[in-house]
Amino acid sequence: MRYGMAVDTNKCVGCSDCVVACQTENNVPLGYARDWIVETVDGTYPNLFLELRSERCNHCDNTPCVRVCPTGASFIGDGGIIKVKPNKCIGCAACIESCPYDARYMHPNGYVDKCTFCDHRLAEGLDTACVSVCPTKCLYFGDVDDPNSEISILLANNKHKTLIPEAGTKPQLFYIV
Amino acid sequence: MREELIISGRHIKNLDPHLHMWHWQIPLYLFLGGLAAGILFFAAFMVIKNNGDKYPMSTKITPMIAPFALVIGLIALMLDLKHPLFSWQLYTTFRIESPMSWGAWTLMLVTPLSIVWVASYLKEIFPKIWTKSNLINKLMKLLFKEADNEKVNWEWKYDFIYKFEQFVIKVRKPMAWLMLISSIILGVYTGILLSAFNARPLWNTAILGPLFLTSGLSTAAAVNIIFAKTKKERMLYSRIDIVLIVIELFLIVHMFMGFLAGSEIKILTAQMFLGGEFTIPFWVLVVGLGLVIPLILESLELKGFHNIPAIVPAALVIIGGLLFRFIMVDAGQIIRYLY
Repeated sequence: MRYGMAVDTNKCVGCSDCVVACQTENNVPLGYARDWIVETVDGTYPNLFLELRSERCNHCDNTPCVRVCPTGASFIGDGGIIKVKPNKCIGCAACIESCPYDARYMHPNGYVDKCTFCDHRLAEGLDTACVSVCPTKCLYFGDVDDPNSEISILLANNKHKTLIPEAGTKPQLFYIV
Repeated sequence: MREELIISGRHIKNLDPHLHMWHWQIPLYLFLGGLAAGILFFAAFMVIKNNGDKYPMSTKITPMIAPFALVIGLIALMLDLKHPLFSWQLYTTFRIESPMSWGAWTLMLVTPLSIVWVASYLKEIFPKIWTKSNLINKLMKLLFKEADNEKVNWEWKYDFIYKFEQFVIKVRKPMAWLMLISSIILGVYTGILLSAFNARPLWNTAILGPLFLTSGLSTAAAVNIIFAKTKKERMLYSRIDIVLIVIELFLIVHMFMGFLAGSEIKILTAQMFLGGEFTIPFWVLVVGLGLVIPLILESLELKGFHNIPAIVPAALVIIGGLLFRFIMVDAGQIIRYLY
């Protein structure tokens, strides 16, 4: 069992529904976010190539954030989901410094917060908040270990990339290009 | 041409446009930790080498700075935490892969060790304590046998304090070895704390550990130059400081050679210091005023020019060391991976 996510950059329109859904579902404080939209433009006018990406924690296999945590507040949960125990976090920010994706932030209540792949929704058999609201259905979530899951089949049949592979973090967020 | 923009969802003031989680507390602590590590290293080294009799100032008196530096550094670290009341959780676990955990436990060892070290020399430094203040006299009475007349001898009221003191004096040499090793760990750790972050290209270089250790030892040697009473001791630390400054310059050059031979992001990192915004602060203030000029002044003194007060190069080294940490921590958070 290994949770992963795929984002079809050809279908994403950058509407930010995933961002708002996450903030609502997870009570993300104002001025913070667990996911966000990045727009990449390549080329020179008139030959421009646009790529839109919905980004969040990459739930890496090789996790610098869990390694640097001095108290064990950051941990790898079921299905490879990287989580933080707020009552063990002292707010030293080492994990924020260690993340190449800048996916973590300091919650105003004094602990580090991040994407949890909506594991409270997964427990009820639901999709994550971002996946469930995506109007173009460009987000796919599932078990990347199971070769017959939707996401595995999708990744097997499409050209995809990960972000900053050179950081060696083995990210589990895949971008179909 | 490629342009990459976060277009929605993220307006986190500490992350965008660039990370700024660590403010003045961390560089201040890195400086004080390195300074204390250096002072304790020299004190321990002198005891191992010659029982501390040859160079009494750096063995007995300057170590008094170390506990204060460590405690101020620890307070700065506490202020950096967003949940300082939970900081005890550092000591309920040991995480072998986390440099911060190593640092927390090292400080737990070094701080009491430095206090005991200093306390064990107090009797020698102040053979007779006297005070005019009644309040202090009253406090003295709690600890010492005769505290009512003007001169108080170090005769402890309680036997266990006396026994502990005698024990510490007896095991001073093994303690010096322990302090030597733990001070090196502390000095290296101040660099490793930063170099463990893969995500921050400026910090992610293995040379930072030795570089920060050398810089910490150099600032400690400068403190010993300032406090040295005899010319012999001052000259010794001048010599040590010259060697350390040369090593530090060598390590800095190697750091930039490594960056320039690295991947694109490492080259961009080096360019912040080679023409970019940190060029003047780094090369003029840290390298020029903090390393090269003290090196010249200290060398001149050894050659026989005694017109320059010894405090000038020493103070420059200390200020340079402090600025070096501020610049490294600030610049390290500005540069990040591109994707």
